[in-house]
Amino acid sequence: MNLEIILFILFSVIAAASAVIMITRANPIISALFLVLNFACLAGLYLLLNAQFIAVTQIIVYAGAIMVLFLFVIMLLRPEHDLTLQKKSKIKFMAAAAGIFVFAQLVYIIFFFSPNASQKTSVQSSINSGTIEQIGTAIFTKYVIPFEAAGYLLLAAAIGALVLAKKKFE
Amino acid sequence: MIINYIPILLVIAAAAGFAGLVVYSSTLFGPQSPNKEKLSTYESGMKPVGTTKERVSVKYYLVAMFFIIFDLEVVFVYPWAVQFKKLYNQYGISVFISMLIFLVVLELGYLYVYKKGGFKWD
Repeated sequence: MNLEIILFILFSVIAAASAVIMITRANPIISALFLVLNFACLAGLYLLLNAQFIAVTQIIVYAGAIMVLFLFVIMLLRPEHDLTLQKKSKIKFMAAAAGIFVFAQLVYIIFFFSPNASQKTSVQSSINSGTIEQIGTAIFTKYVIPFEAAGYLLLAAAIGALVLAKKKFE
Repeated sequence: MIINYIPILLVIAAAAGFAGLVVYSSTLFGPQSPNKEKLSTYESGMKPVGTTKERVSVKYYLVAMFFIIFDLEVVFVYPWAVQFKKLYNQYGISVFISMLIFLVVLELGYLYVYKKGGFKWD
């Protein structure tokens, strides 16, 4: 076994275990912290897939900013109300159905699906497209208009957040 | 190759090691003679009142939302900074201008939020 496979098994086992621990904790703050561990392991998996930019973004945006938001939301809630795990059988049934569907899809893709010739070449080129150099070149040459549009989207998000969250202005 | 990321692993290991060392050095080096009074909850010499799980103010939520927005802004700067020299030699000043427009648009948002008092704690 080479290093990649050992690291892949390590990251995936920790990611799966932390996901299971996350959904079974009664204390939502501990759940959120295990979600951080899960995000870190996913970043390691992205790195193994040669997607270094996505790996760093996973750490900076998800494990950093999004988790701060999650923790604040948890701490905003009434602590005595959220200490019970979900026990409704209907929701459990729906969740089990969704989980079985996704699992069947994964089994089909891994064991029974054989890509045709054009898909194989696109896989080959996409292995190299995850590096930060490729992404930087793509954003500032081919996708410069969507990039500027993303700037306006973030501007709208900043103004929207201010208007929604701050009722009383100067 | 994954072996190229060893320096990043070393940085993470050094950061985690330093944090662990700082947290555990006091229990490692400090003298310990615990008794019941010492181990009880300390609250300014008073008897502790209320719950430890206080709800935080909704104002933190606004700060967290702005943090996400401007964090995402910075994420776009990283690939630009890595590729800037190569793209500048190839396409000239337009690479700089496209990033300038992006940043000016977002700084306008920052100015708007600042002027409206979005960062004020009232």
